[in-house]
Amino acid sequence: MIGLTHYLVVSAILFTMGVLGIFANRKNLIVILMAIELILLSVNLNLVAFSAYLHDLVGQVFAMFVLTVAAGEAAIGLAILVIYFRGRGSIAVDDVNRMKG
Amino acid sequence: MIQAIAFYLFAAVVLISAAMTISARNPVHSVLWLILAFFNAAGLMVLVGAEFIAMLLVIVYVGAVAVLFLFVVMMLDIDFAELRAGFVKYFWIGFALALGLVAEIVFYAFGSVWTGSLQLAKPIAPVDPSVPNIQAIGELLYTRYLFVFEGAGLVLLVAMIGAIVLTHRQRKDARPQKISRQINRRAKDAIRNVDAPVGQGVEL
Repeated sequence: MIGLTHYLVVSAILFTMGVLGIFANRKNLIVILMAIELILLSVNLNLVAFSAYLHDLVGQVFAMFVLTVAAGEAAIGLAILVIYFRGRGSIAVDDVNRMKG
Repeated sequence: MIQAIAFYLFAAVVLISAAMTISARNPVHSVLWLILAFFNAAGLMVLVGAEFIAMLLVIVYVGAVAVLFLFVVMMLDIDFAELRAGFVKYFWIGFALALGLVAEIVFYAFGSVWTGSLQLAKPIAPVDPSVPNIQAIGELLYTRYLFVFEGAGLVLLVAMIGAIVLTHRQRKDARPQKISRQINRRAKDAIRNVDAPVGQGVEL
């Protein structure tokens, strides 16, 4: 039987890879958004693993809520990316301070 | 035994595809690796009996979010080679930080489990083995967590309106339908019967 710790370790590594993705691709906004999706996926994995091993369904309900927030965040993030690209012709994060508010 | 093999397979593929997602040169490949990671995370969730969340992961993440990413990556004409400058330099700084972070998290994960078995004093929604996972979650969502469920719907509504408001623009060269003109047009204004004489043609 696979223990809870296995899931926690997988989710910890996944979370860290998301953080590393933000660090390494710090100019490419699209990959940063994908790294955030990885982080939220690891959070979901944690919630589901705890829910299963503690025999309590609430974790899965909240995993669904996190999923909703992740979907909304991706939609808004990509919309901002599209209008940013339309205005500047590039998506380099370094220039975002010119957005002015 | 089968469960252990499946777990290690899914976990290895999730981690490898996550690593490829953040390091792939081509963002289209990144999105495809991300889809693979989502599929295998769904497999991990099926292994512990969370079928509903696994299904949601495949439908929402793979079916909607990943397609949205793919659409944006392919729609925008971005010079990705320029954006990749400095990847190696930042990668090693980030790698050192990430190693420290993962060591800490794993330390806490092991520590919390080894100090004693985790038990909830009072489960809020105990799992009943005779009720299927999807049915149990449905019963919870429509009763006790109704407001959370409505809140999730509200978040999606706000996200939808926000995305539309942000990206909508009025084009100057657009030629929209003018409905009032279409309805006002009568047959007698538009059509004229002409008895065309032979060999002379018709004046329009």
